[in-house]
Amino acid sequence: MAKRSVPLLKQLLSSSAAVSSSCSSRFTSHRSVTYMPRPGDGSPRAVTLIPGDGIGPLVTGAVEQVMEAMHAPVYFERYDVHGDMPKVPQEVIDSIKKNKVCLKGGLATPMGGGVSSLNVQLRKQLDLYASLVNCFNLPGLPTRHENVDIVVIRENTEGEYAGLEHEVVPGVVESLKVITKFCSERIAKYAFEYAYLNNRRKVTAVHKANIMKLADGLFLESCREVATKYPGIKYNEIIVDNCCMQLVSKPEQFDVMVTPNLYGNLVANTAAGIAGGTGVMPGGNVGADHAVFEQGASAGNVGNEKVTEQKKANPVALLLSSAMMLRHLQFPSFADRLETAVKHVIFEGKHRTKDLGGNSTTQEVVDAVIATLD
Amino acid sequence: MAFQLLRRALTSRPDQIISSPSAFSAVRAFSSAPITATLFPGDGIGPEIAEAVKQIFREAEVPIEWEEHYVGTEVDPRTQSFLTWESLESVRRNRVGLKGPMATPIGKGHRSLNLTLRKELNLYANVRPCYSLPGYKTLYDDVNLITIRENTEGEYSGLEHQVVRGVVESLKIITRQASLRVAEYAFHYAKAHGRERVSAIHKANIMQKTDGLFLKCCREVAEKYPEITYEEVVIDNCCMMLVKNPALFDVLVMPNLYGDIISDLCAGLIGGLGLTPSCNIGEGGIALAEAVHGSAPDIAGKNLANPTALLLSGVSMLRHLELHDKADRIQNAVLDTIAEGKYRTADLGGKSTTSDFTKAICDHL
Repeated sequence: MAKRSVPLLKQLLSSSAAVSSSCSSRFTSHRSVTYMPRPGDGSPRAVTLIPGDGIGPLVTGAVEQVMEAMHAPVYFERYDVHGDMPKVPQEVIDSIKKNKVCLKGGLATPMGGGVSSLNVQLRKQLDLYASLVNCFNLPGLPTRHENVDIVVIRENTEGEYAGLEHEVVPGVVESLKVITKFCSERIAKYAFEYAYLNNRRKVTAVHKANIMKLADGLFLESCREVATKYPGIKYNEIIVDNCCMQLVSKPEQFDVMVTPNLYGNLVANTAAGIAGGTGVMPGGNVGADHAVFEQGASAGNVGNEKVTEQKKANPVALLLSSAMMLRHLQFPSFADRLETAVKHVIFEGKHRTKDLGGNSTTQEVVDAVIATLD
Repeated sequence: MAFQLLRRALTSRPDQIISSPSAFSAVRAFSSAPITATLFPGDGIGPEIAEAVKQIFREAEVPIEWEEHYVGTEVDPRTQSFLTWESLESVRRNRVGLKGPMATPIGKGHRSLNLTLRKELNLYANVRPCYSLPGYKTLYDDVNLITIRENTEGEYSGLEHQVVRGVVESLKIITRQASLRVAEYAFHYAKAHGRERVSAIHKANIMQKTDGLFLKCCREVAEKYPEITYEEVVIDNCCMMLVKNPALFDVLVMPNLYGDIISDLCAGLIGGLGLTPSCNIGEGGIALAEAVHGSAPDIAGKNLANPTALLLSGVSMLRHLELHDKADRIQNAVLDTIAEGKYRTADLGGKSTTSDFTKAICDHL
């Protein structure tokens, strides 16, 4: 998503750089190739909406408002799910299976014992095996690192999150990390296919096979096999600790990264942090049949009560994820309009929430986005 | 003893890397006889940088005699790795050692060398102080934190097996004993160095029993140190906060895998593994300082390597031996040389050779 609009933005910026024109003309969305829909594609699509906990309802409310302002052909079926429920209600699962697409705020995960994370449960039940986070520098948002445009594709169902733990004897606990060829292969295939379809040049596999020789070794083997089928895409491997080190010093060397479950979580959050924070990075989970879009990294982080009370949560991440969702539903021009508006608001810098260094509330940012929509 | 403690408490933070209170080591009697320490030069650039360290220590008149041991060429059945039993006995005898980089082959059948050392010598805590070096600019200026990583169990237990073809299981083990041990060391270290906050890093919302046990142990120890603030941070939040604002953290304590990743991330914040000291603490007060970077086979033997990491690790070893003035002299010499900027090796952006850099440090002593 970023890849398409960044060259567009660069072109627009360079052409108007000589003339000190007003900001709005630089950011009009401009699609030169017409998308020809099938007859009937414009009829409204149902999307399951899960507001979630903490800041979830705030940011999903923001998305609903913007969608209405754009008259986008989507309507939301809202379901209430909270992190402390024992499992995701069956009606929600049925709704997602019917609609195939869902938009979700974060679900809080209780610590330490008892209920396992509902975010993880949802992914496993719907077999959403690929989690994608797109971390990129937003123009106008100053960060320490430049030229960041990384997509982290993370295996979402097995690995360290298999949830198989038991106490051997009192004081000794074991947790199983399971890696299978089947899951490793399909995530590698997804990563290379993504790179191919989005004109990405390089795929990097992140692992720790020097220590976990069999488990991560199996993951690497699967990646290598799939790499041979895409000779036009460069493939390399990097150990996870070196990867984190390179991310904080030279992030421009990374393009698409494919990782098993736990490393993916860390790498995605690190990459999101260097590019501006988890408040602005879009992402989602996708499987063979369903897709759930949510805030890119750190879905379990629903903010603290102060942010929720003061209504200062950052809606940018979920807005950009909903743009990804619109493209997934094949409404590209709505997606473009939404993205351009959001990026324009960030670039202007007048309405930014606290995590970006400003002082606006969620509603102010939403109003600014709606005002900028063309 | 009291004077030593008072002096240590008053000296500024970056000068203190490792402490050796009587609870954690046998008190080393003051003597002018040379102390024997084991030296593992290691592979690749190891021998050159070990030579640089020896030269500088000689110039500074440090009373240490080195007992050198090399990695063997075949697997020793007593240790299941390329390290011989004699090398390990030497460290156990001397109680103190310095280790250069050793290569770990990917995917082979025997035990990794570093893991062997850790298991055999029961090195349970890896301490890595990360502070921004004055004079070497990175994107982060205000890093001043210590990462303490549990070094013996967790995800690196090495227990993996193939269940059926195409399905592999790897065991992550967390025990109460090991978690308590590393938590005790972390809080003790924080107290001895005047640190105010200890953060435990975990993923207990997903791995409830394993990381949950680790957190329980940390909480127990935290109650014994009421003057130190204790907090718990989920690892993905921690990663994000570290790259946005590293000044938020003080002492970090974590299980093995997270520790590996976070300590390398912190090393990246200050300029890379070529500048980061590290020390492994074992039962009975054994301290094995090591350079954590790789063996860099591509520049081995070309006099291009940067000895800073091994030097600063050697300094931490000296502090463990309570040779504080020698440690300060050498550390200041290293920091001044880097700050000056005239002699820097290639990885710091300069053009000096190892020998020039070493000579510059000797001149600064």
